[in-house]
Amino acid sequence: MATLTLRNIKKVYGDVEVIQDLSLDIEDREFVVLVGPSGCGKSTLLRMIAGLEEISGGDLSIDDERVNELPPDRRGLAMVFQSYALYPHMTVADNMAFALRLAGVSREERMAKVGEAAKILHLEPLLDRKPRALSGGQRQRVAIGRAIVREPRVFLFDEPLSNLDAALRVQMRIEIARLHNSLDATMIYVTHDQVEAMTMADKIVVMNAGHIEQVGSPLDLYHHPESLFVAGFIGSPKMNFIEAKIASVGGDGTKVALSDGTKVAVPVSGGGMSSGDAVTLGVRPEDLTAVANDQATGGDLAGRVVVAERLGGETFLYTEVLDGQTLNLKGPGAMTYRVNDAIRLRIDGATCHLFRDDGKALPRLARNPMADLDAEPVAPGAAG
Amino acid sequence: MPTSQRHKLMMSLLGWVVAFLVFFPILWMFLTSFKTELDAVSGTPNIFFEPTLENYAAVQERADYFRFAMNSIIISFGSTILALVFAIPAAYAMAFFPSKRTRGTLLWMLSTKMLPPVGVLVPVYLIFRDLQLLDSHLGLVIVFALMNLPIIVWMLFTFFKEVPKDILEAGRMDGASPRQELRFILIPLSVPGIASTGLLSVILAWNEAFWSLNLTTVAAAPLTAFIASFSSPEGLFWAKLSAASTMAIAPILIFGWLSQKQLVRGLTFGAVK
Ligand SMILES: Nc1ncnc2c1ncn2[C@@H]1O[C@H](COP(=O)(O)OP(=O)(O)OP(=O)(O)O)[C@@H](O)[C@H]1O
Ligand SMILES: [Mg+2]
Repeated sequence: MATLTLRNIKKVYGDVEVIQDLSLDIEDREFVVLVGPSGCGKSTLLRMIAGLEEISGGDLSIDDERVNELPPDRRGLAMVFQSYALYPHMTVADNMAFALRLAGVSREERMAKVGEAAKILHLEPLLDRKPRALSGGQRQRVAIGRAIVREPRVFLFDEPLSNLDAALRVQMRIEIARLHNSLDATMIYVTHDQVEAMTMADKIVVMNAGHIEQVGSPLDLYHHPESLFVAGFIGSPKMNFIEAKIASVGGDGTKVALSDGTKVAVPVSGGGMSSGDAVTLGVRPEDLTAVANDQATGGDLAGRVVVAERLGGETFLYTEVLDGQTLNLKGPGAMTYRVNDAIRLRIDGATCHLFRDDGKALPRLARNPMADLDAEPVAPGAAG
Repeated sequence: MPTSQRHKLMMSLLGWVVAFLVFFPILWMFLTSFKTELDAVSGTPNIFFEPTLENYAAVQERADYFRFAMNSIIISFGSTILALVFAIPAAYAMAFFPSKRTRGTLLWMLSTKMLPPVGVLVPVYLIFRDLQLLDSHLGLVIVFALMNLPIIVWMLFTFFKEVPKDILEAGRMDGASPRQELRFILIPLSVPGIASTGLLSVILAWNEAFWSLNLTTVAAAPLTAFIASFSSPEGLFWAKLSAASTMAIAPILIFGWLSQKQLVRGLTFGAVK
């Protein structure tokens, strides 16, 4: 049970402001994922919440109590570090029981709680080992176990899975998601991994250079990015951006012209824009289609394949169109294009985004139904 | 012979030569202590001689070796413990909560080692006289602790720097106070470093002569004063001096030998991690 409120949080190192005026609400039991480029302040923010870093300005409240000045252990939080940060000289059991020991909990009770956590995380056979005798994944589980034992109100994770191999990452991702469901705890999770962010989060917070760019559910951010930055950050491979000019603005959308004259109609409101304004057209690689030459129409872009990456189930093509602009395309595994093949790309305007030259997105005329999938529970019988 | 093997051979040969050069004066002193005074001063160095224990007997007759040795042990271990008590928290603070001036403070501390001790002899002497610390164990313990403090803080600082910050932060998240962080996490993790620092401090204090000669007379005089008392008399004294010196360094040599493993581990801590 815990809600967190961040109000105008600042962090200053010397005269560098690494976090500026950041406000955020985190609901009880929410799984919040912080993403953003390296150095944008994710760890700093997490460490300020944890109490490991002084808060330079603003208010941090947990359950409506201001905790800026409280030491870490009195905030009721537990943190899982990227490096695991296990105590190398203690056994797994002692590692997990350390907080309880400091809190003066009796030995039997400590062992009972450690046993319980060990059962959840399948650590029972390892309790007497020292950390150096564990594999990476096992260490990670001990680090999580150490957090669980304390029964914190909020779990903080700083890139907990980034040192694990791909298979283990998937497994731990599922385990953490399962824990979140069974523990009813609020979790704040920093990651660089798109898949982790998209699959685990109730809410993603996209940060950039010390401020929040956008907050929303994963599909909300995917379908309705409010800025060029978010559009480029969410989604993998990255969204394609093409220079364009406004051709016409109407009630049913905005039409833009690409440099070769190709027109694309995008269902966004062009309020405040006029013909000839420079904009950026955004189109996701998965929304581009390659069309055969005999089906070509006037609206297709002609280009050339530069790199073809075949993953078996899907293919990524890096193509060059419109005098050297690169467009990436994600297609089915059965695509037969090879490097240097000519290709025609069809842009479906309905799936495109438009961004003004200050980086702000033009608002879409209608919400994508997928973006609100989880927002409201479907009423029984509503479909009929 | 493969080059790598030849390389190995050369290296160990070089190692032996260097070790022998370093150890030679001690060996020579050791041999001299078993010679007669006449043999000891004879111009031609000889290693074949009739060994005799007469020097040791003479030395023990003139001064009670064991009282000096006891003083040395009390003072060098006492000063080391006292210095560690202050240096561990200081190095902890500097390693994990550095400020803009931490680097400067460390350098300044080291720079105090450049001051010739004789420069502060008179004030220290007068203070000690007024506090009645002259010729007392406590007096030398304090002086040696202060003398070695900069080096001890420096060494501990570098050892503590090796401990990942995350581990201490995890301790803080688990509710450890700074004192508990030290006691349950940092000190257990730094045992090799603390041990080799302590060992160095014991050796430095053991060998210190300037302050012990000037601040003690009888009651608290350590082995350095014991040796010094053999270097001045008229007549031949080389063999007796060698015997006294051999007796003076024997305890620390044995102690060093026993803790060799810790010392090497501590001194190469950063390198092999
Ligand atoms: N102690 C410090 N002194 C000065 N600047 C710092 C300090 N710690 C962090 N910074 C700066 O604060 C900014 C944010 O750092 P932070 O570690 O929070 O980034 P991050 O988003 O976690 O990056 P990454 O994804 O690489 O982990 C960086 O520009 C960093 O250089
Ligand atoms: Mg980080």
